[in-house]
Amino acid sequence: MSAFESATRISAGQALTAEDIAAAGLKADEPVARYALRLADDSLILAQQLSWWISRAPEIEEDIALGNIALDTLGHARSFYTYAGTAWGKTEDDLAYHRDEGDFVCAHLVQVPNGDFGQTIARQLLFSIYATLLYEGLAASSDPTLAAVAAKAVKEVEYHVDHAWQWTLRLGMGTQESAQRMQAGLNIVWPYLEELFEDDELIEELPGVAVRPSTLREPALAAITRAIREAQLEIPTTKTAVTGGRKGLHRESLGFILAEMQVLARAHPGATW
Amino acid sequence: MTVRPVVDADAKVWDLAATVCDPEVPVLTLEDLGVLRSARATEKGALVEITPTYSGCPALGVMRDDVTQVLVENGYQDVEVRVVLSPAWTTDWMSEDGKRKLTEYGIAPPDPAHRRQGPRFGGTPVALAVKCPHCHSLDTVEASRFGSTACKALYTCKSCLEPFDYFKVL
Repeated sequence: MSAFESATRISAGQALTAEDIAAAGLKADEPVARYALRLADDSLILAQQLSWWISRAPEIEEDIALGNIALDTLGHARSFYTYAGTAWGKTEDDLAYHRDEGDFVCAHLVQVPNGDFGQTIARQLLFSIYATLLYEGLAASSDPTLAAVAAKAVKEVEYHVDHAWQWTLRLGMGTQESAQRMQAGLNIVWPYLEELFEDDELIEELPGVAVRPSTLREPALAAITRAIREAQLEIPTTKTAVTGGRKGLHRESLGFILAEMQVLARAHPGATW
Repeated sequence: MTVRPVVDADAKVWDLAATVCDPEVPVLTLEDLGVLRSARATEKGALVEITPTYSGCPALGVMRDDVTQVLVENGYQDVEVRVVLSPAWTTDWMSEDGKRKLTEYGIAPPDPAHRRQGPRFGGTPVALAVKCPHCHSLDTVEASRFGSTACKALYTCKSCLEPFDYFKVL
């Protein structure tokens, strides 16, 4: 039915194709597309990281939970990539599989290795709270496509917060071992939190369209610190890291994530399954 | 909200699309689920709009194929099935008939009363019981917020000891 081929296709039908967006007569402006690309890259890398846990989580329910959360964030990535791609005539697969490390504009937080389960939950706590506030704001964007994707996403990431929050409490107030490991996880991810709240030139170009990251800092920190205190853990004192993810400057880990994620699509361009 | 068209030609397209079932919850039609948004007869065919339940829901592609197939089989030549995201789907759009069918199928239907209340994040949501679809006991416990699919949570009934899915309120 569709001439549009995608390596992420599940069947002959697409969840949201470039053609859907094209049929709606949409073409993202260049700055809007660059902004959508950031949102997509954050979501995709996080989805890829979370999917590693399938079959490795501490219990089968957790394999399924993290798999479902990865699926939600992959869904967000696909919508944002598809929209971004309209500006450059590229498909979601072009953008996900055929860009190099330096072309990715994801934050460092999503690239932090999974570590143990505590570290993954710590990353989820920070990111999902940020994402909920981000999408809540973005649902009021003057760009109708971004607003539509965000309005849908916000209801899903709220469930992700619940999941991370409950595990933070359970690990923090569990055994001495679980508390120590949850604390260690928080200490490791903490240096990458501030990058999520940095404004830059692109944000200045998109008033009313983009959510200004600095406006999310206070509410996100309030919620994150409340979760940590409720779990009887300590607010980390680890220093803010030097980052630069939005400029394409990345941690070593991103290369490994991309290598695993892109190898098949690059070895067999245009493959579908 | 989803409303059956009033024009006969359009309503005919709607009724055909409405026969398609959710591949993951086969007792529910797209109409029951509230994902069928609009239907229209066009010059040579039909245009149907559907909406995803969750952003990453893999069932959507199958629904799209199935709608296309049923319309083609019924003589519509040029069939287009569009995915629309806005306004975002909510379980409030599931029909009462759909909720009844879900229960009979062994899945506890979404209850708007279970929608999150209180603080924006964290806190202890008021633990309103989910009724076991097998024995109707209210003595049930959540085993996992994420069940066999993104839209369902996994519960266990402490009365009949059966596990069951709960269709989460969204």
